[in-house]
Amino acid sequence: MQKNKLIAGVSAGGLALLSSPAFAQSIDETVNHLFASATGWFVNFIFSPFPGTSFPWIVAWLVVAATVFTFYFTFIQFRAFKHSISLVKGDYSDPNDAGEVSHFQALATALSGTVGLGNIAGVAVAVGIGGPGATFWMILAGLMGMASKFTECTLGVKYRNEYADGTVSGGPMYYLTKGFAERGLPGGRFLAILFSIFCILGALGGGNMFQANQAHQQISGILGDFPGWITGVVFALVVFAVIVGGLKSIAKVTEKVVPFMGVMYVGAAIIILLVNADQIGWAFGQIFAGAFTGLGVAGGMVGALIQGFKRAAFSNEAGVGSAAIAHSAVRTKEPITEGFVSLLEPFIDTVVICTMTALVIIITGQLSIDPATGNYLTEGGRIVTVTGASGVGLTSAAFESAFSWFPYVLAIAVILFAFSTMISWSYYGLKAWTYLFGEGKTTEVVFKVIFCIFVVIGAAANLGPVIDFSDAAIFAMAVVNITGLYCLMPIVKRELTSYLARLESGEIKKFK
Amino acid sequence: MATKYIVACDGSSASGRAIKVAVEQAKLNGASLLLVHVLEWSPYSFLTPEELEERHKRRNEELKRAQLALVDPLVESLSSEGVESSAIIRYGHVSETIADIAEKEGAAQIFVGRTGQSTLTKLIFGSVAASLAQIAPVPCTIVP
Repeated sequence: MQKNKLIAGVSAGGLALLSSPAFAQSIDETVNHLFASATGWFVNFIFSPFPGTSFPWIVAWLVVAATVFTFYFTFIQFRAFKHSISLVKGDYSDPNDAGEVSHFQALATALSGTVGLGNIAGVAVAVGIGGPGATFWMILAGLMGMASKFTECTLGVKYRNEYADGTVSGGPMYYLTKGFAERGLPGGRFLAILFSIFCILGALGGGNMFQANQAHQQISGILGDFPGWITGVVFALVVFAVIVGGLKSIAKVTEKVVPFMGVMYVGAAIIILLVNADQIGWAFGQIFAGAFTGLGVAGGMVGALIQGFKRAAFSNEAGVGSAAIAHSAVRTKEPITEGFVSLLEPFIDTVVICTMTALVIIITGQLSIDPATGNYLTEGGRIVTVTGASGVGLTSAAFESAFSWFPYVLAIAVILFAFSTMISWSYYGLKAWTYLFGEGKTTEVVFKVIFCIFVVIGAAANLGPVIDFSDAAIFAMAVVNITGLYCLMPIVKRELTSYLARLESGEIKKFK
Repeated sequence: MATKYIVACDGSSASGRAIKVAVEQAKLNGASLLLVHVLEWSPYSFLTPEELEERHKRRNEELKRAQLALVDPLVESLSSEGVESSAIIRYGHVSETIADIAEKEGAAQIFVGRTGQSTLTKLIFGSVAASLAQIAPVPCTIVP
């Protein structure tokens, strides 16, 4: 039904375009309207608040899980932090295994899937609605999320499928099936199927449409306004060339440029912070005060908290299960070592990069303060910004106030981040798809083509419905994944105890 | 223990010349040869998710290809010349790996061919021979 509507919408738009170019913009409107009405019920369900409050149950779900894992593994994210770094440095890697995927590579690949628009645009949305206080809750959620990630990635490696030709498939769908069977629990297969469905939706939403949408906003910000579907078609063609055509060269270029862009982004943020070093104290003051009072934002403290938690989860994907798919490829004798390595992701992604974005927005004074009360001025639930921008535009304006040329760099960064995130998510979605429909060339191509079509839809639709649907789909993955993690966490505990004992006794040796 | 010479080999004409010199020296001194073939590999490079998934398979293929196409024929032709030889295939940074192996195996000398790249290439990427000359733990013969 939904598909028929879409086809009808797209072909109607196509006819309009043929008859008069002036109607080109109406394709965007049609797509946007259809999209919002098709996904509204799903979004409403996922974000429904606890009765009588404005607190969405899904946010509590994620934070409670991160807290449970943090306590269950007695603050593993802090205890194992140093060991995680030595693992990434390769201190424990056997030189004879050189040529296999290293811990560093698995971490870098998983990060390139998560570091992206969430860190640039998502944070701006959070701070723009929830005020500086959202940053505090975002950092807290990032630190707790490290434990969730540790749990899911350990399981991802432990229960992956290894095929005769040496390739591997792993992720929540595999640990839900095999782990549940091992513990004699029912429903593993059902959860795995449910997870796969949500993972496909998440891949099409947050991993695709949100990226295309924000990339379009960046491009049109520089080239002037033009219909979103044009950006969509161009992006879709490039993505198609890489994932269907196997054009490795494009992926290779982005792989090299994306880390460089990440370093440059953080570097620029640090320079801005250093230049405004005298204001860092004030900014943190705003963050702490805002965290507990809201400083006038819609919903007060709870509003700041919801925004912070939501953006952290959307940005680092802890508990969502996507990273478990990326980490499964590492050939390690100890699954738990992947858990250790992966717990660095929410730290780098949220605690470092997202915080940089938030600090730059706050320090450069993008958010309007009412001089009389010291509170932020709001209008329609959002804080009034100096330039009137929101989302990625707000981040761009913040950096521009320090470096006038930065919006161009940021635009390229956003486009590349969007692209690399799409490539990563097309893989996650594909893994879920092949879990449901079986591995094979035809089924794979079908998914990849659908993926490319959604690039166009994402670029054409408005930010509002796209961001809602993206969040909803990704959080739906977390509902299933975390249910599984609760059931399987004793297995991780056993692995952890055994590994730590052997590390202590010197059985696990350092090679460097 | 017999004297052991290490020869860096990658199938290039330069490494062919290095082998030739090493063979002459080995015959004179009754030494055995250890051919070292290093596949350039950095654990810090970036891979796409598909590449991660296929890495183990590719590694096996690469090792097999190096063994069959390069190393085995070399060892065979050397033994027909009457020189005792063996081979190691490794992944890693080329000159560092060769230096490590020389140390571990207690080799007496390393032979390496000089490829004669342009000055510009050398300036940017350095060369295996030059960096071995810097870091080799044992005497190193660079064959032009």
